[in-house]
Amino acid sequence: MSTYNFDYLDELEAEAIHILREVAGQFEKPALLFSGGKDSITLVRLAEKAFRPGKFPFPLVHIDTGHNFQETIDYRDKMIERIGEKLIIGSVQESIDQGKVVEQKGKNASRNALQTVTLLDTIAKYEFDACIGGARRDEEKARAKERIFSVRDEFGQWDPKRQRPELWNIYNGKIHKGENVRVFPISNWTELDVWNYIRRENIELPSIYFSHEREVITRNGQLMAASPFLNMDNEDVVFRKQVRFRTVGDMSCTAAVESEAILIDDIITEISSSKISERGARMDDKVSEAAMEDRKKGGYF
Amino acid sequence: MNILKFFTAGSVDDGKSTLIGRLLYDTDSILADQLEALQNSNRKNDDGTIDLAILTDGLRAEREQGITIDVAYKYFQTDKRKFIIADTPGHIQYTRNMVTGASTANLAIILIDARNGVVEQTIRHSYLVSLLGIKHIVVCINKMDMVDYSQDVYSSIIEKYKVLAQQLKLVDVNYIPVSALKGDNIVQNSERMDWYEGESLLHFLEKVDTDNLDKSQLARMPVQWVIRPQTEELHDYRGYAGRVLSGTFNLNDKVTVLPSGASSTIEKIEFFDQIPDAAHAGQSVTIHLKDDVDISRGDTIVNASALPQESKLIEADLCWMDGRALDTSITYLIQHNSKVTKCKISEILHKVDINTLEKHPADEFKLNDIGKVIVKTADALAFDLYDDNRANGSAILVDSRTNLTVGALMFRAAVE
Repeated sequence: MSTYNFDYLDELEAEAIHILREVAGQFEKPALLFSGGKDSITLVRLAEKAFRPGKFPFPLVHIDTGHNFQETIDYRDKMIERIGEKLIIGSVQESIDQGKVVEQKGKNASRNALQTVTLLDTIAKYEFDACIGGARRDEEKARAKERIFSVRDEFGQWDPKRQRPELWNIYNGKIHKGENVRVFPISNWTELDVWNYIRRENIELPSIYFSHEREVITRNGQLMAASPFLNMDNEDVVFRKQVRFRTVGDMSCTAAVESEAILIDDIITEISSSKISERGARMDDKVSEAAMEDRKKGGYF
Repeated sequence: MNILKFFTAGSVDDGKSTLIGRLLYDTDSILADQLEALQNSNRKNDDGTIDLAILTDGLRAEREQGITIDVAYKYFQTDKRKFIIADTPGHIQYTRNMVTGASTANLAIILIDARNGVVEQTIRHSYLVSLLGIKHIVVCINKMDMVDYSQDVYSSIIEKYKVLAQQLKLVDVNYIPVSALKGDNIVQNSERMDWYEGESLLHFLEKVDTDNLDKSQLARMPVQWVIRPQTEELHDYRGYAGRVLSGTFNLNDKVTVLPSGASSTIEKIEFFDQIPDAAHAGQSVTIHLKDDVDISRGDTIVNASALPQESKLIEADLCWMDGRALDTSITYLIQHNSKVTKCKISEILHKVDINTLEKHPADEFKLNDIGKVIVKTADALAFDLYDDNRANGSAILVDSRTNLTVGALMFRAAVE
């Protein structure tokens, strides 16, 4: 028998490809939720490995808060052109204009919570029965308990007490009309695994992941990119700093970290020795200890 | 570096969450902001130190009740290995979660409270481990600090457990005396138990050879998806996409496609931009066959010289996982890898009292019940026995009224 090397990245990759193909095989109208962040970029690479030389059996869906980093949008458009797949955009601005959601007020206003409504509307409009997302179990305590195939009711709600048992590598995607399944192929990856995979696969990323100089302000002890989307007042002092972003979200809720890391190797070294977890840079999780659990129950990603 | 998936079984009071918290804490796997949240929490041990159990108690419902209600997955790594822990609750009403967590694990940690020794739930947990075919077991005798680190206490518990292990035909059983609360023998060898000459738990987990990679000759690949680009330049392209469950497929191997029974030869193996000569257990690949055979999702490509069993009548162990009891008069769906077909449970052979391991005749099957049944399927399944090939010997039952996963099946024999 020939010997072969099957290391942890190979195993994680093979598992994720298996999950993506299960989505293709089990659902009528799946979609891949694409945020422009490194996790969903990784999903795109995994989808290429699962389905090429064929087309993806699903479109990419971007829930656009309108408060994006321009670098992310540029990256998204370039990538779509390269892979030649369909992109659907769900616009939070549209939801606001239609009066479906109301913009938050005050200093810490963000469109993060509003996304849920736009996401659910987009799912309903296109009748998606499965939405593939890049969430990982190591990110947060509530996510640590979520299944890979996670069923949501008509209102997009997750009920942690009614989760289906998920055994071996068998995924039950059976649902009633109106329900949908959120699918998380990289559930078992850690932040470091994602970075090591990006390095190994030589995957290009939006430039904001790497160190750059930017105008920032300090908000609740964290560095926030100064932008028109942030409600600033006279007390906010704008200064320039060498920073990078560890996650990519809405500009009004994603904090920067001070960093000199300009190469992927630098980032991997930085994360390996870092003492702040990835979601620590997300203001949206800080509201309460159960913040993520509540948002997931309400239909969040 | 490879991955070790293990799960922990123990009751609420055995200190299971503390043990996992300790492994994470002592391997520096807790980051500053998580630690801060931990320190700010009101839950402290009696001596004022951080209650490490909080690290795995995720959901608010659990924090309010102070128990673990679901399977939580935790991740850490050392220089030698990457670990995935399934933290499963020990309450009897959550047997289904334990079976879930155990189904993907290749090692089990069974916790015993040194003050109580082998108790009813130790039997229950060990039985489930044997049922799910987990080959490697570490029995951690926990709370050694509460029994003055006594070797006598430890030895007498081991003697009792060995009897159980023999009864359950457990093969690779290892014993470690620990205190998760104080950190004894978790990462570092404890100075307070110099009579113990074995390794610490972490060192053991780093070294244990779990044979992640299946070396069997039973090459099987269920087809998940057929890749047909149907473009001009790829007009005749037809690739069968799937994950190799077990064994190895080599180029030019003779294969059989089930259930049709069609024969062919492997013409090409693809993995994205690579064209390897072989596809091994665990790998997700695309296979091309020389002959034009009709293959779709749900079919399985197998090694022609080691065929699986094929039957519509299968004897299996069943763990019932739904609040609504088994109804032998209705039709369920059975999902065996990518194959879904209708089925009935045509006979309940017996139920097992998992606290005493006694078998009883039964005519009802309720949540958390375990026993042996006969499954009658609409289409024949191409399967292996669970003990020979876990991945091709297991299936789930789905109730088409609710779409819930209601049962876990482990195939034990084809009924003639």
